[in-house]
Amino acid sequence: MIRFLVRRVLQGVVVMFLVTVAIYLLFFMGSPMAVARRLAGRQATEDLVLRIYHNLGLDEPLYKQYGHFVWRLLHGDLGHDYYSGVPVTTVLKQAAPITLSLAVGSAVLWLIIGVSLGVYSSVRARTFSDRALTAGALFFYSTPVFVLGLALIFVFAGKLRVLPFTDYVGITQSPWEWFRHLILPWFTLALISAAVYLRLSRSSMLDVLGEDYIRTARSKGLSEGRVIFRHALRSALTPVVTQFGIDIAVLIGGAIITETVFGLPGLGWEAVHAIDNQDLPLIVGIVIIAAAAVVVMNIIVDMLYAVLDPRVRLH
Amino acid sequence: MTQGINDSLVAGGEPGIEEELPQVPGKKIEGRSPLVLAFARLRRDRAAVISFWVIVAIAVMAIAAPVFGLITGHGPNHQYRDPGALSAAGLPHEPSGRFLFGTDDQGRDILVRVAYGARVSLVVGLGATAVTVVLGVLVGLVTGYFRGIVDTLLARVIDVVLAIPYLLFAISLASVVGHVNELVIILIIGGFGWASVGRIIRGQVISIREREYVEAARSLGASDWRIIFVDILPNIIAPAIVYSTLLLPVSVVAEAALSYLGIGIQPPTADWGQMISGAQLYVNSGVAWWYLFFPGMALVITTLAFNILGDGVRDAFDPRSDRLFAK
Repeated sequence: MIRFLVRRVLQGVVVMFLVTVAIYLLFFMGSPMAVARRLAGRQATEDLVLRIYHNLGLDEPLYKQYGHFVWRLLHGDLGHDYYSGVPVTTVLKQAAPITLSLAVGSAVLWLIIGVSLGVYSSVRARTFSDRALTAGALFFYSTPVFVLGLALIFVFAGKLRVLPFTDYVGITQSPWEWFRHLILPWFTLALISAAVYLRLSRSSMLDVLGEDYIRTARSKGLSEGRVIFRHALRSALTPVVTQFGIDIAVLIGGAIITETVFGLPGLGWEAVHAIDNQDLPLIVGIVIIAAAAVVVMNIIVDMLYAVLDPRVRLH
Repeated sequence: MTQGINDSLVAGGEPGIEEELPQVPGKKIEGRSPLVLAFARLRRDRAAVISFWVIVAIAVMAIAAPVFGLITGHGPNHQYRDPGALSAAGLPHEPSGRFLFGTDDQGRDILVRVAYGARVSLVVGLGATAVTVVLGVLVGLVTGYFRGIVDTLLARVIDVVLAIPYLLFAISLASVVGHVNELVIILIIGGFGWASVGRIIRGQVISIREREYVEAARSLGASDWRIIFVDILPNIIAPAIVYSTLLLPVSVVAEAALSYLGIGIQPPTADWGQMISGAQLYVNSGVAWWYLFFPGMALVITTLAFNILGDGVRDAFDPRSDRLFAK
């Protein structure tokens, strides 16, 4: 177990290292001078632009800049936003709760909707309700986030005017407004993901229900509910857990499109703007969070396997 | 000859389990390849066949987009400024006899633009999928077959690509490239998509390379590359085809998403994602439903058809996986 953790964490560190190197290379493939030019303003002399360029340290060799970055990172410092001068960690601390609110809320919704309907569908396999659910799932699965999100805004915020469509209200500011402002984004993400989870848990349940140990459980005289929830669901959840780990990780890295549709200034929204402005420290900060989320979730998922399925041994 | 691999391709299951094809006793046994068998199964799948024709219809619409322009007399980028196309306040005009799908905020004909938009969607969707699968299969073959240092290195690369938030990098790349056209988008989408395909193909190759016939080929003195392309490649054609069909809708949506974010195909070229992004101005106030509805539906119908077809193709290659629409 400990050897497994150490090995995976080390691998994760290597991956993170390569990801940040990739960003640096990508940034310097573009035109870092444009950053200095934008900061200097329209009327600036070439001299001023060069001075800013120098002050930002952008004229140093790439490996040196990357070295500085790693050194600061080891001290918990991600540098400063090129434009506002605010520490990147501060920007991230403001954006992260928004993305987290979005991710956690929709994840709870889609897990409940998706898995319960999936189990129901598998127990009622081949009936009309199973087919209707599967067809409905396929429709939502095929609807891009921005189409569903905008359609929901059109109906609930534009036409019916029962929900706000944009802006974010902090949970500490007003829990009720926080909730109201997140209902549409939550459902947008949840309906689409629930479709994936319905299909996943349905087919996984059908596989498990066909296994011998389920027949054994039934012939022991266990109640159907006990067979389904205690014996079948537990091992049927393995693929669901994998998918959940990936999805949560991707969401924490920034639900770029959802945040753009609903104007939520979370990590994804910040990232798009940072890239637009070539704000390297901020871009790197967000990508580190995003990549770390993927790496950590992968480890957690592998550990959960062992909990869910006693046959799995970690090594 | 082709070996029958009917491994569970996508819907879980361990690779490497062989399944005997059912043979009807008494009949003369024909040597039919898994490809032929799968195609025959696919043709019996009603939902998949309907989806196939829907996709053909969309393709015809894309090819015949200028015909839509000729019939209506409206160019895809022509901005009509009269009251029949744009209200006095500059609002889009609702669907009418002249503009069947209404107009957008520039007074352009949405019907004609939706037809032209299908071109970008299909070209990028097909192109990006092709790049994704070809790259993924090549990487999967090489890493799975050679193992050792090549495998370790490429496996790390796959990890990195998978750990990278795809949209973030796509946006960064697009901003570095500057001038974005269809080819650039195809390469961006394909450049990130291959990793997951590569990982799965690698798994298949690892199990195939231990089979007896590969052993036999090796003992006959076949070179590594001959084994890879002559003995192993034909056996991963099936998963490659399944992945291609399942990836098509993903690529179509990825293209639309990039355009929606304003970093895909540049205006004024008609593009569904871009039209939807234009409609965003009006959704808050609940007006001009047609501006969102028609490009949105075009996109949903396309991805839905590709998804149903993809499910059908997967089921056809893997008869054990449970069917979407049971007969």
